[in-house]
Amino acid sequence: MNFKLKDIVPQLITVTAVVLVFGFFTYNAQINMENRGIDFGYGFLSQESSFDVQFSLIEYDGSHSYFRAYLVGLLNTILVSVIGIIIATILGVIVGVARLSPNYLINKFAAFYVEFFRNIPLLLQIFFWYFAALRALPLPQDAEAIFGVFFLTIKGLYVPAFIWQNFSVFFYSIVAAIIAIIVIRIHAKRVQENQGKQIPVFLISIGLIFILPLLSFLIGGVGISFEVPVLKQLATTSFIYEGGVSLPPELIALTLSLSLYTATFIAECVRAGIQGVGKGQKEAAASIGLTPNQVLKLVIMPQALRIIIPPTTNQYLNLTKNSSLAAAIAYPDLVLVFAGTALMQTGKAIEIVSITMFTYLTLSISISLLMNWYNKKIAIQEK
Amino acid sequence: MFKYLKQLTSLVAMVVVLFTFTTESMAAKKSKTLKNTQKKGFVRCGVSQGLPGFSNADAAGNWTGIDVDVCRAVAAAVLGDANKVKFTPLSAKERFTALTSGEIDILSRNTTWTLSRDADIGLTFVGVNFYDGQGFMVRKSSGITSTSQFKDGISACTNIGTTTELNMRDFFNSKGIKYEPVAFEKADEVVAAYDAGRCDTYTTDKSGLAAQRTKMSNPDEHIVLPETVSKEPLGPVVRQGDSVWEDIVRWSLNTMIEAEEYGITSANADMMKTSDNPAIKRLVGAEGELGAAFGLDNDWSLRIIKQVGNYGESYKRNIADTGILPDRGPNELWTKGGILYVPPAR
Repeated sequence: MNFKLKDIVPQLITVTAVVLVFGFFTYNAQINMENRGIDFGYGFLSQESSFDVQFSLIEYDGSHSYFRAYLVGLLNTILVSVIGIIIATILGVIVGVARLSPNYLINKFAAFYVEFFRNIPLLLQIFFWYFAALRALPLPQDAEAIFGVFFLTIKGLYVPAFIWQNFSVFFYSIVAAIIAIIVIRIHAKRVQENQGKQIPVFLISIGLIFILPLLSFLIGGVGISFEVPVLKQLATTSFIYEGGVSLPPELIALTLSLSLYTATFIAECVRAGIQGVGKGQKEAAASIGLTPNQVLKLVIMPQALRIIIPPTTNQYLNLTKNSSLAAAIAYPDLVLVFAGTALMQTGKAIEIVSITMFTYLTLSISISLLMNWYNKKIAIQEK
Repeated sequence: MFKYLKQLTSLVAMVVVLFTFTTESMAAKKSKTLKNTQKKGFVRCGVSQGLPGFSNADAAGNWTGIDVDVCRAVAAAVLGDANKVKFTPLSAKERFTALTSGEIDILSRNTTWTLSRDADIGLTFVGVNFYDGQGFMVRKSSGITSTSQFKDGISACTNIGTTTELNMRDFFNSKGIKYEPVAFEKADEVVAAYDAGRCDTYTTDKSGLAAQRTKMSNPDEHIVLPETVSKEPLGPVVRQGDSVWEDIVRWSLNTMIEAEEYGITSANADMMKTSDNPAIKRLVGAEGELGAAFGLDNDWSLRIIKQVGNYGESYKRNIADTGILPDRGPNELWTKGGILYVPPAR
């Protein structure tokens, strides 16, 4: 052991100070709550919540517990975050690449998009998409059908529901296709390493992912039918659509604003990543006879990704945390349902806020760990 | 020399600190909130973010409303000036935390008195300044004239963190109607969404509906349905644990109601000092020592009546004359067929 006292003392003091400050706050809260007759405890989680939620991924109504209301909020937060991250990533990559396009129009349009959406506060954008854009949508009875089956109205987007026959066969066919693709990829790599021959893996993969599920329809007995939304009258001027799946306008507005906003930052990450790869890399790759596709796939992207991933992780975290602005437009996320209604009904401020904080912390750390793992995977393998 | 001077000053400082501590703790025994309020020079009052008739700020930032008047009455009683109030606009969600954490000292924000709120979360309701009930607003063009015409699939806009959310579920469940609750954090957003056509009905306390209707783009297109689906006694709230402060707020409100009962108004309060009725004389401070129980002078109630007016004046000024609810309904005195009845001030 080779440590000195002077190395350890400052650390000990810091730890003690932190513990003391936390202890003081806990003690203070305890005394104040006792004085005001507020009980502390998590027992309320199993009590009946007695309030309903507009939109839920799991079965829920007011007769379920507060814990289930928490799950409803959590799942809604995850839903909007996942959809938001996917759309923001796709859009961000497209815009980021477009900003490097030699085409003047595409280039300037992408730059305009980034500067415009990145510089307006997110809450304002959410309000714009929800209140301004919503008001422009037609009432259900005036809505024109899109492709005859979609209805975009002020009360939400109504889409047909799929009704499957033998869904399991279809599912297995997709699993089989994925397994086949993995096997072919491994085989192709081996062939290339041993014989130098190239197998058109990409084309084969595309073929497989289409052909196998198609076969399941033709010979597997898989059937599919649609349940199209039908207009229903509630009162003289009050209508809704019944049947099918309805996406509430709150979800649409929130996903749209979150992805459009975050995509601008991701676009900048992507642009920085591509520009960060030396020009010599591309030229060298071309000079050894790689096709432009291979240059991008084998030389540019692996290096660019290493620059892109860490700042993009931050954007994913931001998007997840920003989704809590949902409360402003009635999307029932964790903050609205749990840190909002449930907090109000129970008055358990400290308990609920601490659970909510811990949940966001867990979500953020999970995203962070996942992205760090991916980052490590694509990092340079030093030998 | 300087050294001794320094020691002497610190000694004096310590004595002063000790002295203030002892005097402070004696006054604190009476009411910590009262002492803090008098020290600060203003009453810290939590109100709504804008509900016409109850608590609403004009363009110049002046607050008016019957909830506002309760805080003004307390300010008149304890500070001598009804204008010495600092108003904090709060959302339904924030209101109780603001009170229990000590950010405000009175919550006068159209808040429903319920058992769980009174018993569970460290609050004490001091009285009722408006008897209300939950109702529904719909578009006239919908042809709906009664809640019995509601059908499965109806969407209802409301606020989160209110008893409304719970009553709504009870109501629709008891009728067996499937509904879509759309709950916003702020009232302005509820109104905007309902006005845009997002919801078929807007539900909250009937007084709130009447007040918010005035904010719609075209108020005449909307009607409040006749049914009342819950009872909502609204009143001021204080923190638990300071019973003197609780009494001050309770009796400031009671004074306003009792003053109306005895016909004492802001205009005639001074003249009432020579009244023959001892109950009236007590209310205007010409008889008895009622203020002493709170640690206040004897003119506390006179100041309330002179500066804020009695309950009837407050109601007329804020709710009747603004066209929100000209009919007082249950909020009429018990002597005139309503249910406003307060214990006697004696």
